[in-house]
Amino acid sequence: MSITAKQLRQYGKPLVFALLSLPALWLAWNWWLAFQYQPNGLGFNPQETSNRFSGDWALRILLLSLAITPLSKLIGSPKPILFRRMIGLFAFFYVCVHITSYVWLDMLFDWVELWSDVMKRIYITVGFAAFLLLIPLAVTSTNGWIKRMGAKRWQRLHQAIYVIGLLGIVHFIMMRKGFQIEPLIYAAILLALLAFRWRKFFPKTARATG
Amino acid sequence: MLIKHKHSWQETENSVTGESLYLNRRTLMVGAAAAGAAIAAPNVFAQRERELAELAARPTEYKSNESLTPENAVTQYNNFYEFGVSKGDPYQNAWRLQPKPWSIQVDGLVDKPGEYALEDLIDFNALEDRIYRLRCVEAWSMVVPWIGVSLASVLKKIEPQSGAKYVRFETLADPKQMPGLRWPVLDWPYVEGLRIDEAMNDLALLAVGLYGKELPNQNGAPVRLVVPWKYGFKSIKSIVRISLTETEPKTSWNLSAPREYGFYSNVNPEVDHPRWSQKRERRIGEFGRRETQKFNGYGEMVADLYAGMDLRAKF
Repeated sequence: MSITAKQLRQYGKPLVFALLSLPALWLAWNWWLAFQYQPNGLGFNPQETSNRFSGDWALRILLLSLAITPLSKLIGSPKPILFRRMIGLFAFFYVCVHITSYVWLDMLFDWVELWSDVMKRIYITVGFAAFLLLIPLAVTSTNGWIKRMGAKRWQRLHQAIYVIGLLGIVHFIMMRKGFQIEPLIYAAILLALLAFRWRKFFPKTARATG
Repeated sequence: MLIKHKHSWQETENSVTGESLYLNRRTLMVGAAAAGAAIAAPNVFAQRERELAELAARPTEYKSNESLTPENAVTQYNNFYEFGVSKGDPYQNAWRLQPKPWSIQVDGLVDKPGEYALEDLIDFNALEDRIYRLRCVEAWSMVVPWIGVSLASVLKKIEPQSGAKYVRFETLADPKQMPGLRWPVLDWPYVEGLRIDEAMNDLALLAVGLYGKELPNQNGAPVRLVVPWKYGFKSIKSIVRISLTETEPKTSWNLSAPREYGFYSNVNPEVDHPRWSQKRERRIGEFGRRETQKFNGYGEMVADLYAGMDLRAKF
């Protein structure tokens, strides 16, 4: 029994959409409870929990989007590609949630302080750069833009995601104190996913070594 | 005649009224969060949790009109990397720690070195109640009712020699009791230090309890330092060794990231940490951030220690 592309579009996509929405729904629900002074899952420092939770999910979903192409090559089917755009846009969405959490709930729109954070604190500079680079990718994610730009140029632009992934992981590593394992696990997964694309980055060496 | 002196580190009456109203509203949030945490984490640790004995202590002038941080926040939101790097890890893992019996090795430039039982160093009949603000380098803060004795009273017992210029403290590092030691987050054991005049300042406290009871394990049982004018990481927990030295001790965070954590680490809104601003802090339980005070508001008692020192260079 094999699943058709039509079935994936009809049932698979709404399912993936629902699943990837869950963390955001959990966060929104718990903030709503917090604002009502109700018991909630955000703990004693809700802003810290919220910033970290949204950042974790942005990175996880970004890594997931980078895993789609390798997955489709591994199973020898283009079907996973059907989900790639949606997953990529979800990664962007969680980055936006992350920034909203920081700018609004944590910093309360203190723009002076925010600007000095972006300029003075390298890990925030790095994270902010990743966000800026992600915007054109989100904007040009439609079929219309692929046509307008031409597949080649479009693909070139969207290869920026490799740099964005690296910036995101560096942001995560720099944000932790001391020598910590968790961000390094994320880094290892990213590097593995990039290594899979080795031939793309270095077509000549790939040919030379067969 | 009794004359009531008001110290600058005590809040003024009028600043308090409005604030306590405000805080009352906000404590609700923490209470709510705590209830949520209780739902999320069923009480599987309770059976292993140590019964905390009540401690009798006499009141001191170290009072505060500020609202105390709720006890469950003080005991469940901790940085104690020997038990894990998440804020909730110490509360979950610290039941493995065995604080009784406890002994402390005293060495270096002292006339009375040796292995002391905790009870021989700390006079449990002379315990004091002291309410201090605690300002973490991560820009959050609490108000904690500690119980303890002045560090000076303990140093006098061990008789520092005239050449002693610094006090070095060491935390227990036993992998059997501390699962976090598996990870090389820092160069274990955790080490902190004070200059001898800082250590002799009456504000420096060796705490053995909080909220009327013995210290819970995750708060640094059975004995920890509390230096409220410095960032929280200076207030080293579960101390097993005190050494008097001639040279400045190498402290753990300073070794890990010298650009970020200086030996002094006095609370100072004018000197930013490279990764976050120190101008403001979030009092746990409040929504917004409040201004951070220089020396965490204890300047009247400690600013003299640093007269003529460039606090930007010696951060």
